[in-house]
Amino acid sequence: MPLITFVEPDGTRREVSAHPGESLMVAATRADVAGIIAECGGSAMCATCHCYLVEGTLPEAEALEAETIEFVAQNTRATSRLTCQIAVTEAMAGLVLQVAPR
Amino acid sequence: MSGVVIIGAGHAGSQLAVSLRAEGYAGAVTLVDAADVLPYHKPPLSKTFLKDPAAQPQPLRAASAYEAAGVTRIAARVDAIDTAARRVMLGGRALDGQALAYDDLVLATGARNRMLPELAGAENVHSLRDLADAEGLRAALGGADRITVIGGGFIGLESAAALAAMGKAVTVLEAAPRVLARVAAAETSARVQAALADLGVTVRTGYMAQGYRRDGARVTAVTGADADIACDLILVGIGAQADTALARAAGIACHQGILTDGHLRSSAPHVWAIGDVAETPHWQAGAAPLRVESVQNATDQARHLARHLAGQDVDAFRTVPWFWSDIGPLKLQIAGLALHADRQVVRADGARLAVFHLAGERLVSVETLNSPADHMIARQLLDAGLTPPETAMQDGAAALKAWLAQA
Repeated sequence: MPLITFVEPDGTRREVSAHPGESLMVAATRADVAGIIAECGGSAMCATCHCYLVEGTLPEAEALEAETIEFVAQNTRATSRLTCQIAVTEAMAGLVLQVAPR
Repeated sequence: MSGVVIIGAGHAGSQLAVSLRAEGYAGAVTLVDAADVLPYHKPPLSKTFLKDPAAQPQPLRAASAYEAAGVTRIAARVDAIDTAARRVMLGGRALDGQALAYDDLVLATGARNRMLPELAGAENVHSLRDLADAEGLRAALGGADRITVIGGGFIGLESAAALAAMGKAVTVLEAAPRVLARVAAAETSARVQAALADLGVTVRTGYMAQGYRRDGARVTAVTGADADIACDLILVGIGAQADTALARAAGIACHQGILTDGHLRSSAPHVWAIGDVAETPHWQAGAAPLRVESVQNATDQARHLARHLAGQDVDAFRTVPWFWSDIGPLKLQIAGLALHADRQVVRADGARLAVFHLAGERLVSVETLNSPADHMIARQLLDAGLTPPETAMQDGAAALKAWLAQA
């Protein structure tokens, strides 16, 4: 199970054990990572699981994720991602994501 | 210990429990629900949960989030509310007859599915609202190849798409001339029906069931004027009604739901209602009371009431409603209520569709298929009370964004 690091809004680093196949959002919610609200449960409707990619690589965002970020999420950057749209793989071990401020 | 007692741990009740603390409420918070399960997301139950026999419910938040907020969760039925003595009577197992005192009581009891009386109790007839329903349906799918869905609304169509993807022969029966007739424009319904057909779902609109054929406790076919539909399993998705039983028994004013004022206060002192069960004056309905069934409404009402109960000075509840439905490959998104719409502007662009509903000259709702950009802009436009020119609606989301930026 890959270990993923989430940096919470206050700077706390949380190492989370993720299950391959689940979304990064689900892994973060299970560990109660601060700032990951995930209100819509993973439908790319609310952008309350918005993070910045700090270290590591991810597959490119598909249209649904990219558009939702562009048109709704606040404080977007080039590294913005919706963690509910990203399925965990073993290759993501060591990934570092920073929870975006709202 | 008193404090705030919340009845119902769905999206609304769970959100309120943790938001109270986040907003600075200092008293005790107790969340009571008959189901002994960590509160979970309901929307996946008609999609991913059905398809994967090993899928677990997706918690709204970790157990540690309630602990950190000092929320006491109690698994118990509530049998009665005594508004004069400010207490609720618990039922079931060890807690039978125990009373729970409150300073403020919040009813977040949600809604119950409607059932066709003729089908109630049949062993292969299901409906889908909570985890127990979804587990029951999923467990029954192994022995069911032909599935009839009665009702072409959100839950029926989402389930139909999921079941077809599992290889089931699915027939949707809808009495109206089109699916989603109460909630979406004709253009949207047509595209949804086409997508379902591509998935192999048979959609029969204008279908009036005349009766049911039975074999013992099982229903084996729906009989109609022009065709009988044989089935191994029936899923009934014909809407829901607010769960007002406790409130009515306590003498609290109810109509379609529990009637509240703009601050979600019921007719009884220190009793409030939020989520699917609340019937609240709505700014998009000319302040008429309205019951809105959605995750967004539930969680936003919870956050609003949390601020109010924490002693903050808040205006009456007012948000732009938004809804979504994932039906096979289609993402249907709706912002605002089209209650009084008398005109539509439609933009069809390949796989995308955007329908702008206007009441007179005013934009009141936007529904989209596979066009999240339009949806997100629509929420901002409606929140600001802005109606862009029709040319911008026709030109696309980028034009709307540009217009909003200068408005």
